[in-house]
Amino acid sequence: MTEDTAVETGGNASTPDIVIDGATVAKLARGVKLREDPVRGQTVLLAPERALALDDIAVAIVKALDGVKTLDIIAAEFSELFGAPKDDILADMIAFIREFSNRRMLEIAR
Amino acid sequence: MNMVVKAPVTRVRPSPPIAMLAELTHRCPLGCPYCSNPLELVKGSDELSTAEWIETFRQAAELGVLHLHLSGGEPAARRDLTELTKAAADLGLYTNLITSGIGLTEKRLNELAEAGLDHVQLSIQGSTDAMADRVGNYRGGYARKMAVAGWVAATGMPLTVNAVCHKQNMDQIGDMLDLAVQLGARRIEVATVQFHGWAERNRAALMPTREQVERTTALVEEARKRLEGVLVIDYVAADHHARYPKACMGGWGSSGLNVTPSGRVLPCHAAESIPSLHFESVRDASLSHIWYDSSAFNAYRGDDWMQEPCRSCDRKHIDHGGCRCQAMALAGDPAATDPVCVFSPHHAALAEQATRDAESLETDFVYRG
Ligand code: SF4
Ligand code: SF4
Repeated sequence: MTEDTAVETGGNASTPDIVIDGATVAKLARGVKLREDPVRGQTVLLAPERALALDDIAVAIVKALDGVKTLDIIAAEFSELFGAPKDDILADMIAFIREFSNRRMLEIAR
Repeated sequence: MNMVVKAPVTRVRPSPPIAMLAELTHRCPLGCPYCSNPLELVKGSDELSTAEWIETFRQAAELGVLHLHLSGGEPAARRDLTELTKAAADLGLYTNLITSGIGLTEKRLNELAEAGLDHVQLSIQGSTDAMADRVGNYRGGYARKMAVAGWVAATGMPLTVNAVCHKQNMDQIGDMLDLAVQLGARRIEVATVQFHGWAERNRAALMPTREQVERTTALVEEARKRLEGVLVIDYVAADHHARYPKACMGGWGSSGLNVTPSGRVLPCHAAESIPSLHFESVRDASLSHIWYDSSAFNAYRGDDWMQEPCRSCDRKHIDHGGCRCQAMALAGDPAATDPVCVFSPHHAALAEQATRDAESLETDFVYRG
């Protein structure tokens, strides 16, 4: 992990000071589910009042967030799998996780 | 004589529905003065049976519904609530319980969580017991809700607080946001009373002033920033003081359907206020037929039905001409422009009436009976 990949989820007092970086471990919050949607031929992430159609990469990220592996480890795996630079993948993942954590769809375990 | 050849009307097949609201029962222990249930309630003996509801859920899942909202009345008044929840969850539906909390015990909530309930939406009528119990006309209701929120939190299920606001409790919105955070809610829905049905009788005691609406909008904007990552705030502002109407659920018959306690299927919860429409029941027809082919669902799909000024307005794909039920109630024509819109010939009268109601000193409610 490097300092410049760290993203803070907001800057003021009442927001929990969660830093999302390579050491972060996340998983879907209770009440958020990944599901096949055969009628529309897509994979959706279901949360209270939200249904988001995810692309293949987002699906892969969500599936990898198991509450055990760090983002660093996941990014390294993806880097090998998709043959893309690890740092780029990690940066994308951090942005993704920050967004979904702000929507209260992810739990940051660490 | 010229023959006018009309192109055959080819209707684009509508996309499948995403959400279904199952009004399991109209029975409810509270008496909110803005109740959105129809004036004529379905009797307990006419309610769909457990098996009929489960079959309806099955058809909904097959049709493409992803979210199932279990609502009422008070859904906890159904003794088979856990069984219904389990059946829906087993079908892969995302299950959401919309409740006042009255009738739920700790044991029942644990059973619901185990049955696969995904989410609980708990209504609050104010941030103090004096306000909340007076609005809901139910002594001890507020204390019960606080207990229910604690039990939900203990199960780990996500909680959304629903706050319906109006003239008399609008100045408590800030406190209600804080309360939602304290209760561990991930989301709050702040919705201003809709003046359909029962709320119509209480307009003078409910209509917020323009200043209240502006203050609330500013407060919500500030709170959204302050609480980012803590509480998601969904806010439905009062439309009687607005320039343009709210969009009708993304368009009539485009995203959701409602099933009444006796099985009638409606494009929206208030649709029965439109007397020219005929609604079919799951007792007589399949959900798929009703969604794709029934006259009620096709009545206001697309924009062929629109009149002026909507027809040539460039906002027509944004707000779909507003609310059909409101057009019915206030303009006497369900295909008219929603009178909330500044371009409606009825707008001036509506705005004047809203101002008069907002300034009224009336505080007594006619409770839902
Ligand atoms: S005229 Fe109709 S379409 Fe245009 S803004 Fe008003 S309600 Fe919407
Ligand atoms: S017609 Fe009116 S009440 Fe019905 S869903 Fe549309 S906006 Fe809501």
